[in-house]
Amino acid sequence: MISQFFVLSQRGDNIVFRDYRGEVPKGSAEIFFRKVKFWKEDEEEEAPPVFNVDGVNYIHVKVAGLFFVATTRVNVSPSLVLELLQRIARVIKDYLGILNEDSLRKNFVLVYELLDEVIDFGYPQTTSTEILKSYVFNEPIVVDAARLPTLGPASMFMQGAKRMPGTAVTKSVVATEPGGRKREEIFVDIIEKISVTFSSSGYILTSEIDGTIQMKSYLTGNPEIRLALNEDLGIGKGSASLYDYRSSAGGAVILDDCNFHESVRLDSFDVDRTLALIPPDGEFAVMNYRMTQEFTPPFRVNALIEEAGQLKAEVIIKVRADFATSVTANTITVQMPVPTYTSRVSFELEAGAVGQTTDFKEGAKRLEWCLKKIVGGAEHTLRTKLTFSQESHGNIAREAGPVNLNFTIPMYNASKLQVRYLQIAKKSPSYNPYRWVRYVTQSNSYVARL
Amino acid sequence: MAPPPIVQQKSSSPSQPSGKSEVSDLKLQLRQLAGSRAPGADDSKRDLFKRVISYMTVGIDVSAAFSEMVMCSATSDIVLKKMCYLYVGNYARCHPDLALLTINFLQKDCRDVDPMIRGLALRSLCSLRVPNLVEYLVSPLSSGLEDGSPYVRMVAVLGVLKLYHISATTCFDSDFPASLKNLMLTDSDAQVVANCLFVLQEIWNLEANKSEEANRERETLLSKQTIYYLLNRIKEFNEWAQCLILELISKYIPSDSNDIFDIMNLLEDRLQHANGAVVLATIKVFLHLTMSMTDVHQQVYERLKAPLLTLVGSGSSEQSYAVLSHLHLLVMRAPMLFSSDYKHFYCQFSDPSYIKKLKLEMLTAIANESNTYEIVTELCEYAGNVDVPIARESIRAVGKIALQQYDVNAIVDRLLQFLEMEKDYVTAETLVLVKDLLRKYPQWSHDCIAVVGNISSKNVQEPKAKAALIWMLGEYSKDMPDAPYILENLIENWDDENAAEVRLHLLTAAMKCFLKRPPETQKALGAALAAGVADSHQDVHDRALLYYRLLQYDVSVAERVVNPPKQAVSVFADLQSSEVKDRIFDEFNTLSVVYQKPSYMFTDKEHRGPFEFSEEIGNLSLDQESMDNAPRFDESDKDLLLGTSEREENGGTSINGAATPGYSAPHDYNSSLVPLSSQTQSEPAVTSQTSFAIDDLLGLSMLAAPEPPSLKLNSKAALDPGTFQRKWGQLGVSISQEIPISPQGVGSLTTPQALIRHMQANSIHCIASGGQSPNFKFFLFAQKDDGSASFFLVECIVNTSSAKAQVKVKADDASASEAFFALFQSALSKFGM
Repeated sequence: MISQFFVLSQRGDNIVFRDYRGEVPKGSAEIFFRKVKFWKEDEEEEAPPVFNVDGVNYIHVKVAGLFFVATTRVNVSPSLVLELLQRIARVIKDYLGILNEDSLRKNFVLVYELLDEVIDFGYPQTTSTEILKSYVFNEPIVVDAARLPTLGPASMFMQGAKRMPGTAVTKSVVATEPGGRKREEIFVDIIEKISVTFSSSGYILTSEIDGTIQMKSYLTGNPEIRLALNEDLGIGKGSASLYDYRSSAGGAVILDDCNFHESVRLDSFDVDRTLALIPPDGEFAVMNYRMTQEFTPPFRVNALIEEAGQLKAEVIIKVRADFATSVTANTITVQMPVPTYTSRVSFELEAGAVGQTTDFKEGAKRLEWCLKKIVGGAEHTLRTKLTFSQESHGNIAREAGPVNLNFTIPMYNASKLQVRYLQIAKKSPSYNPYRWVRYVTQSNSYVARL
Repeated sequence: MAPPPIVQQKSSSPSQPSGKSEVSDLKLQLRQLAGSRAPGADDSKRDLFKRVISYMTVGIDVSAAFSEMVMCSATSDIVLKKMCYLYVGNYARCHPDLALLTINFLQKDCRDVDPMIRGLALRSLCSLRVPNLVEYLVSPLSSGLEDGSPYVRMVAVLGVLKLYHISATTCFDSDFPASLKNLMLTDSDAQVVANCLFVLQEIWNLEANKSEEANRERETLLSKQTIYYLLNRIKEFNEWAQCLILELISKYIPSDSNDIFDIMNLLEDRLQHANGAVVLATIKVFLHLTMSMTDVHQQVYERLKAPLLTLVGSGSSEQSYAVLSHLHLLVMRAPMLFSSDYKHFYCQFSDPSYIKKLKLEMLTAIANESNTYEIVTELCEYAGNVDVPIARESIRAVGKIALQQYDVNAIVDRLLQFLEMEKDYVTAETLVLVKDLLRKYPQWSHDCIAVVGNISSKNVQEPKAKAALIWMLGEYSKDMPDAPYILENLIENWDDENAAEVRLHLLTAAMKCFLKRPPETQKALGAALAAGVADSHQDVHDRALLYYRLLQYDVSVAERVVNPPKQAVSVFADLQSSEVKDRIFDEFNTLSVVYQKPSYMFTDKEHRGPFEFSEEIGNLSLDQESMDNAPRFDESDKDLLLGTSEREENGGTSINGAATPGYSAPHDYNSSLVPLSSQTQSEPAVTSQTSFAIDDLLGLSMLAAPEPPSLKLNSKAALDPGTFQRKWGQLGVSISQEIPISPQGVGSLTTPQALIRHMQANSIHCIASGGQSPNFKFFLFAQKDDGSASFFLVECIVNTSSAKAQVKVKADDASASEAFFALFQSALSKFGM
């Protein structure tokens, strides 16, 4: 089982270090860090999450710029350890509100308290934020949330003009509010990561949505919750054939597959697509799903590179937002590698462009175009002139691209999966907690080929 | 509870190691506070304790403050207590004398009214890891196991395991395992039950080699009764405990098919769990249960596809990697079942390279008639990728698909297009591929040569690629008008060529070219031979000399040696034997899958985990008892490992075999060398595992290699099983080949002993053996008789029904392994004569 657990900063400092079994020599953190930092095996530049040095297995995840590492000499299940590490990070975040190097350093004694109960002699005991509450006696020392960028999917609600009731996301499950009373509230976030590949002619080669319904509850007394999804939601490829003629016309949502948190009861799921659960404290994924059914991609991207005389070429990138005008996408980054022999670049933004910046990354030979926001229905174009230091050989399009987009669109989801209602079992007539249901779509791999 | 006041500023910068003065300063302050009952004293103590712990974390030795810490620990403040426990646990092992100081207060806390304090104290007490304090553990542990609070019982159960690791005898003398067994079957708290199971598994697994009883106990954990008891409660356990219980269930041998379906129906919904570890553990159960039911097994594959793909998409990239590694394993086992899912394995922009690499391998494996076009098109997109290692990998993938014979025509075209991209690494990778393709599909030579001929050798720098280009220049010098002149150019720069591989190829190519176009190449060949003979690299020198003498002796003989008619390579050998692959599959849901290696290659024996398969040799010679009793249905029919019945018998012989001196040294090994060399020539692709891949590529392997030194074996060689096992783990395979066995040999091989005696007469000793007709397996060894401690290790799997032996040779001195192999082969061929 797990022999040691430690958290290292980006510079390799031990922030917490717990030895559970004393089977692995003390210098393991240093060995690990050196190996990760200077990884050069198998032509790969990035250390894989699992590797073995002198009979010791090092298993790690990167969370919030920190390394969460477990060591063991046993042939364990890698999934188990990786899931456990990820969960430990989440539990710590539940307690500290924010997970970063600063908050960990300020609260390391609390973290040791948690670690004592989460793992005993290398065997995982419990990772339930709720159960752990009774074992933790340190008060979290809150770090300033505004000063540091938080990580994790929920952080996207902090950005942009439309500020969400974001404080909750960084609220500890144990800290008491300044007012004394805890605010009764529950957050349900539908977060979708989308991957689309466009061919050079603009045709969609592959598309996929990986979604998760994430919940964070601050309700006291553990009331039961019912979460209703689209009534005509289909699951599995088998159900697709039944609806096939409708699906492309914007009919039923068909998921390829999904999985659920263990607290979820599916008694009436087959009848009316309702999930019932008593949400445990802290943040967790109620349901994960995957969809390859056709959907309208939020952006259409057209990119073109053409030779324009000797040692010159022109690049035109067009981005069109294919969603309702009421929706606005945030912080869009468009990147495109250009031929390695590109020596000079001049950008030409459209007339009256606001909140757009361009950059040529000399080292990586990459164009970068950042847009603060794109309103639904809008189209933006960037023209770029390239100057080469040598003549291109043959097909210039093969030496540039593909174009990659990064973006976040709040209050939008590509799959059309909906939470129809969120019902909380009432304890008294006056009990009416706040409920927030929020949607967000994020790019995972959004690529247009040349 | 009020937050500690001073803490904020001080603990925010905990890690400045300023040495001893800090520690003595802390000691002083702690001592002042030790007896203080003043209000606020606890807060100051907390602050000091935090500083001590933070020093400890960054690795500063604060053990000097041990007695002060213990003095301060007399407190009712639980936060202070916990910090003190942590400190004590960390330093007790290296300061056993000081640890004694803590026993008193820990024992007192074990009797506290608050179950939390009892639990914490008991955990700390057991974590001291000081051997001479074990006597103090027994009574708190006994009462802990009967405590009314499940928290304390939970801690006590793991305490038993801690005690076992400090002093196993104390643990057994107090009869703790029996108490745990009882607790496991009766306790109402699921975590207590789970902990009992973990502890019993670990203890019995470690004890299994030592006693019969431990073995029996280990088996009871796998009895139908225990398994169903756990299965029926599976949902009460938390997800982590579920994982470990499912791992146990995967080792269970079902009594009949109803049994199998019952278990699968019970666990069906576990495949929908959001925790990937639970899903993988469930899949392992399903796969292992249905091993003998081909059609159901295939249904399982179909069933698990969707949940695995969802897990790949939902977690962090690290979690995806673990899941994808398992998907990779399944894809490699049954590529056709995944051939329609190829789009899921396309690389995404955001994927880290370790994920992309796995995906590329999967795409390569599942390519077939229906999807090759799409897959190759996709792979070609990656070839221009900014991520150079992935671009290279993609090109290799295209080549591998071409070698699988799908749509070769189109692929060759695309490869040739790569060459037109004029990116160094693309050209380099492509050249290597084109070379391999030509060896398999000589009919494409015309198209390829036209393009390859246009490549300027100046643009090719990587040794592998350069070697490939030179090979083609030599092989197809007839069709490439410039070949002699390009070679001449390259030979002129002989001294700047660092890679011996390239120089070897230059020699051979010059020879080939000379034999086809003598007048144009004569000068170049002369220069090459002169440079070669003067070369400081032994192989280059030897090859140059060999060519020189061949030409002197008879040009027509040289022609036959250097330019023999070649057969197209039909199959390029697989890198991993199917046995290794099966072993990895048996170890599903472990690190073996991620490393793509069976556990004996990276883990030492005692850490292999409960119910893990022991090392293959261990199975045969060392682990007799555990083998007989441990359930291992996985090996049942497909594995070549031992069946159950013959083990005792073999145990005896293997030991005798190693100890008894042999009779006579072999005499006619030289004669057997000749057939070996001619054989390799007619079959250019012997296997890719052999060490002479370069020569192999040239199709003239043995003749070009330096003549093997004559080899005599020590007839009295001795090697103990432990050393054998270690060596086997360390050394790489130097020869792996299948050799036929004569019908007389097959007839004589009724028991393994017959062959063992025969080989011993040839100074090749057996260390372990086993099997039943038709499969026999032997581990053999021999030692060079030149006073050196150089050993040869052999694994020989004989199948009497196909009359073949699969032989693997590992050697301390790999250069002598060919000679040894020849010796081995000749000895084996005389078996039964």
